[in-house]
Parts: sequence; structure tokens; C-alpha cells
Amino acid sequence: MNPTSLTELAEEELQRQSQLKLRVFLCYSTPCLAAGADRVKTALDELINEEQLDTDLEVVATGCMGPCSRGPLLRIRTINGAEQTFEKVTPATAKEILLHSIENKTVETAALPEDLPFFARQTRIVLSNNGEIDPEKLEHCIARGAYSALAHVLHEMSPEEVCTQLKQSGLRGRGGGGYPAGVKWNLVRKSPADRKYIVANGDEGDPGAYMDRTIMESDPHRVLEGMAIAGFAVGAEQGYIYVRGEYPLAAARLVKAIKAAERRGLLGSRVLGSNFNFRIDLRIGAGAFVCGEETALMTSIMGRRGQPVPRPPYPAQSGLWGSPTLINNVETFANVAPIMEKGAEWFAEFGTDKSKGTKVFALCGEVVNSGLIEVPMGISLRDIIFEIGGGLPDGGTFKAAQTGGPSGGCIPADYLDTPVDYESLKELGSIMGSGGLIVMNDTSCMPDVAKFFMEFCMDESCGKCVPCRVGTVEMFELLKRITDGSAMLTDLENLEELCELVQETSLCGLGMTAPNPVLNTLKYYRDEYLAHINDNHCPAGVCHLDQIPLMRLPEHAAELAIFKEEH
Amino acid sequence: MSAETASSFNKDDGQNLKFQLIDKTLKKIQFQQDALIEVLHTAQETFGHLNEEVLDYVSLQLKLPPSWVYGVATFYNFFTLDPQGEHICVVCMGTACYVKGAGDIVAKLQKELAVKAGTTTEDGKLTLMTARCLGNCSLAPMLTLDGEVLSRETPESTFAAINAKTNLIKAKQEESA
Repeated sequence: MNPTSLTELAEEELQRQSQLKLRVFLCYSTPCLAAGADRVKTALDELINEEQLDTDLEVVATGCMGPCSRGPLLRIRTINGAEQTFEKVTPATAKEILLHSIENKTVETAALPEDLPFFARQTRIVLSNNGEIDPEKLEHCIARGAYSALAHVLHEMSPEEVCTQLKQSGLRGRGGGGYPAGVKWNLVRKSPADRKYIVANGDEGDPGAYMDRTIMESDPHRVLEGMAIAGFAVGAEQGYIYVRGEYPLAAARLVKAIKAAERRGLLGSRVLGSNFNFRIDLRIGAGAFVCGEETALMTSIMGRRGQPVPRPPYPAQSGLWGSPTLINNVETFANVAPIMEKGAEWFAEFGTDKSKGTKVFALCGEVVNSGLIEVPMGISLRDIIFEIGGGLPDGGTFKAAQTGGPSGGCIPADYLDTPVDYESLKELGSIMGSGGLIVMNDTSCMPDVAKFFMEFCMDESCGKCVPCRVGTVEMFELLKRITDGSAMLTDLENLEELCELVQETSLCGLGMTAPNPVLNTLKYYRDEYLAHINDNHCPAGVCHLDQIPLMRLPEHAAELAIFKEEH
Repeated sequence: MSAETASSFNKDDGQNLKFQLIDKTLKKIQFQQDALIEVLHTAQETFGHLNEEVLDYVSLQLKLPPSWVYGVATFYNFFTLDPQGEHICVVCMGTACYVKGAGDIVAKLQKELAVKAGTTTEDGKLTLMTARCLGNCSLAPMLTLDGEVLSRETPESTFAAINAKTNLIKAKQEESA
């Protein structure tokens, strides 16, 4: 395939779509499937067969539309462009909606208002194709402009220009660190080597985050295109996508997408009629959180235990099999094609001074509209939670918003007006992370939440370096004592000291950030810790404080006397 | 373990067939040592778990030290060295599920079924597992039962669902007998 035939194919597909009386979009992503989207599809297919409507309309099984808590979602678009979205569709209501719509009657049941803030307040760059295309149909993607940026880059730009454009756009790594993507690309481009590699990090291990899964499931070609552009820019001919083992659907769709793109000459040798060759292989993880760390991920791709190695050398100098390797998050790659197509200035208009563009968040927990959202950087937390998210259900009181997973922290109500960008969140002691945003109400106990994350880090510590391996266990034990009533004030001091030690001496990001949830909750919710220790009382009513400090046990009366003397 | 496998299928033919599947993957990856994890994925899928025999076979074929293969197999959560139960229940313990009460579900199942998370019931009917995050946070608390997603569960509804599943199998066995 060459650029001309790519455009022709896109026009052909658009022509076909414009002739259909009705297009029915049914969300076919994991949450909606669990809510019964497959039954809705069967019912619709039967109806279409019975009434022989297949020449007039098509049912498109799309990727995630966003408001997952309202699934299964269904959207109809008529020939004159009118659109309507329906929530919580059942096979019966779906049939009714279809039959009414084809006769141009309006349907009221289960309809979502058009101006719902959930949709109106979002800016969709990465997710622009979600809910518009069938991710398994290459034609749909091409009709929405997939691979046109790659064609433009291959035929009209030099690798240096690509890196410069990316740098000017201000795109920063979306995996959490926020390193400028253009700078990283340029480093790899300049590294002298015969072989270079591109790696897309789809090992999304943060609990409560599923942005990357959705991107890979709903628009896999966008990720592939971004990787191919990266390959051209840095001079790599081989790319790997590392997908979490927990995401079988994402893996299956990527395999299909890679095959389809190779068959059409959009990947493989002589991509789009140029001299550029690029292959992408899929690597499936086997369940290890630490593999989200870039050096650990690379050892895992090489078939070893996924343990991190000290940096430097950075992957940009020596990564996979000792060759320079460009490793970016899936969401970062998904931003590349729009930037190349519409220009750096266009992208830089979104967001704040230092954080450009948009960020996808997985909004969940105690919030009315949970789901996947994409918002410009710099939007306030209040807008996200109370406007887009619709506030807390059942009149709950907002207590904290957790961002950044086990490496992040909880943001209390006082800071709800903070703009969401890399720097502001860091100042609050949390991090942007990969984009999980979990809302908690006043039934969540902060020491318990800290314990939950510490248990996570303890289990997931790879065991290579001592501070992380031993420190997380000790911190967990201390937190356990705080939440079961057997802690004393000295335990709190020890905990704080240990947090700093682990933070400063661990080998990789997992250990360095493991104390964050503790330090952060201690900063904002110290009263709660003190209530547990001094008053034997859990303000949220979560912890069973049924233990007493060892020192107060009768058999320790003698030691207690000595202890009292010393203090 | 050996008694169980021997009764459920003709050991030699069945085992041979399964090893052939591993061979197929080995050929596909051209015996590259770097693709060890892919081979172990195949082995885990076909055998249900990785026993000593399988690990030895893989290490011989890939010319890797057994300690290396064992090290990789024990590092990743997906690979298990013990046989799994007939049914597998995975409770998501991600943050969203946790704040919505997934801990209570696990506690209830552990108590009622007398099984610890990560292990199998004595009768081999059910393996109870917990997952770090299954990425379906809007359905919290959620779990999967034999791969089927159950959303917005309570301890009671989960227990009922598991009971229904295990009883269903019992009823079917009686019918066929």
C-alpha cells in the first residue's frame, strides 16, 4: 500500500458509511461486555436478519465509550448526522431503539442527555476514535485517518524533524515520570548503533488504572502507528509491545491489528512504499508489577526474571540486548500520530505551561459516573470529580482522591482546586502516575489505605535490593500494628524514619516510591494515625482495634517498668 | 497428583499430546532462550500448572540451567507449580475494588470455603485467587469465576455464585452417571 491507495481506501470507506441510513455503535469493551453488551449484539443481529435491514444499517462493536458505570452503552447516528446515546441498554430496549430510529421516530427510553457534562467537559485526542470504530476492522481506522500521519512522516519528514516536532509539542511521558518525549527520542536517535529497539510499555500495573488497556483494546492501530513513527525517527526496525497478562482481550486485538497492518503493507518491509522497515512483536507479561519499571520490563522481554538493573546506563544508551532502546508508555505513543498530523503548535495549545496536551484518567471509586475520561492538563480536581464524575453517590462526603497508585498519594478536600499537572501533584506529595484516580468517601480509613498499598509493594517487591525487600515488610508490620491497635507513638517515629530510608536507598522506582502513600497520608491525615494510636479509635470505623501494645500485656509488666524509667 | 491425572485421562497419550504443544511453541520461537516466558505461558495453559517434569523438559530443550527456568517460573504470579482446582475464582483487590469492599468478599470466601487466598480447596473443586487489578474498576468490586466477569458483588452474592457453579457440576455428574 502507498499513500495514494491509503487515501483512496479511506474515501471508499467513508463513502460506504455515508450511504447507511443508520449506524449503531455498541460499546464492546470489557466493562460493557460484563454488563451484557454481547446479549444486546445477538439480539440486534437477529432483528436485522429477520427484518432484512442489513443494507440500510450496520452495528459497529466499538471500543470503550467512557461512562463504564452506565453500560452497556449504545449510540445511534442517522444519515443526516443526528446522534443519540443510550445507557444501560437491554436486548429489548435495543430492539425498540433500532426500530424506532429507522423510522425516524425519537426514542426517550434510557436516552442520555446530549449536554451531559461527562462528555461535554472532555477533550479527546488520544481517545478520539474510541466509540467510533470497530478496533478489529482496519478500514474503520483508516477512514478515521489512521496511518496518514505515518505516511506524511515517511515521505515528507526527516527523522530529525520528527524529533524536533515532538520536542516542540511539549509531550511528556504519560507513564508517570513525565520525561519530555522529544528529548528521549533525540537521545536514542543520536546513539550510534546498528540495531535499535522501540518498546511500548503496556504493563499497566497500578491498581485502579486501565487507560492503557482501553487504548490498546479500542484503538490498537493508533499505538502501532505511533511506534512506527518512533522507529523511523530513531532508526529502529524492531518494536515490542509488552502487555500485561491480565489483559487477554487487549493482547488478542493487538495481534489481529499487527497482522492486518502487515498484510496491507502498513508495517513490515517497505512500509507504505518507502525504504523503511518496521516489525512489531507482542510480548505478554506474566503478572509482576515491577515489570512496569523500564529496566525490569526489558529484562522480562529478554525472558528473564523481571528485576530492574541500576541506571545509568539508561535504556537510551544500552537497553534490550545492549542496544539503544526507546521505551515509552502506550498512551505516549498514542499521542504521536495526532501531533505529527496536526502539528506541534496545535498540541501545545492544550494544557498548561509545563504540561501540554491531555491526560486520560480512569475515574473510579465512590463517584457517580465512573469510567474513562480524557481532559486537558491543568483542569481542577473539583471539575473532574464533581462535574464530569457527577459527585459522590448517595450524598457521600468527599474525603480524598488517590492518584498514582501505590507510588502516589491521597489528595484531601482542601486541595480540590489544584490544577492537575505533573508539578502541582508532585507538590502535594502525590504523582500524576499513569492516570488512576480513585475517589474515597469518609468510610475510607487512611492508615488502612496506606497499609493496603504497603502490602501491595511488599508483595510486588522483586527482592533484589535490601531496602525495598526488607523495608516494605517492616513498614507493613508497623502499619498493621497501627491499624490493629497495638502500636505506640515510637512506632510512628520508626515508620517515618524507615520511609525516608527506603525512599533514598532503593534501587528502582518501586522502592523509591513505596513510602509515598504513607508519607502523604501522614502529612494530611496525621490526626487519624494519632487517633488510632492514642485513643484506640478508628474515625472511619474500618479498623478493628482489638489488640493492645505488647508493652501493656500483663506478662511484660516488668519490662514496662523499665521502659517507664527510661522514658 | 499422579493418581488424579492418571485416572482422568490416559496418561501416556495425553501427556505426549501436551508435550507436542510445547514442542510446537519451541519451534515457533526457534529455540531462542529469550522466549522462555512464551514457552512457559504455553506450558501453563496446556498443563494447568508447571510441575518438575515440565520445567526440566523446557530447560533441556532451551539449553538453560534448571535453576534459571525455575527462577523465572517462580518470579511471575501467572505461573503456578501446584495443580489448580476445577474452578478458579479470582477476586480483584485493586484500589477501587478494595475501597468498595473486596476485602470482605475474600474474608467471607476464606472462612466459608476453608481455603486461603492463593490455594485450592481440599476437594480440588475451587482455587481462590486474588488479583492486583483486573482493570474493570468501574464494576467494583468485581471478580472472575472461570473467566466470566461478575460485577458489583457482595460477599453473599459471590458465595451464592460459587455455590451455584460447584453444585451445577455435581448435578451434571449425577445425571451422566
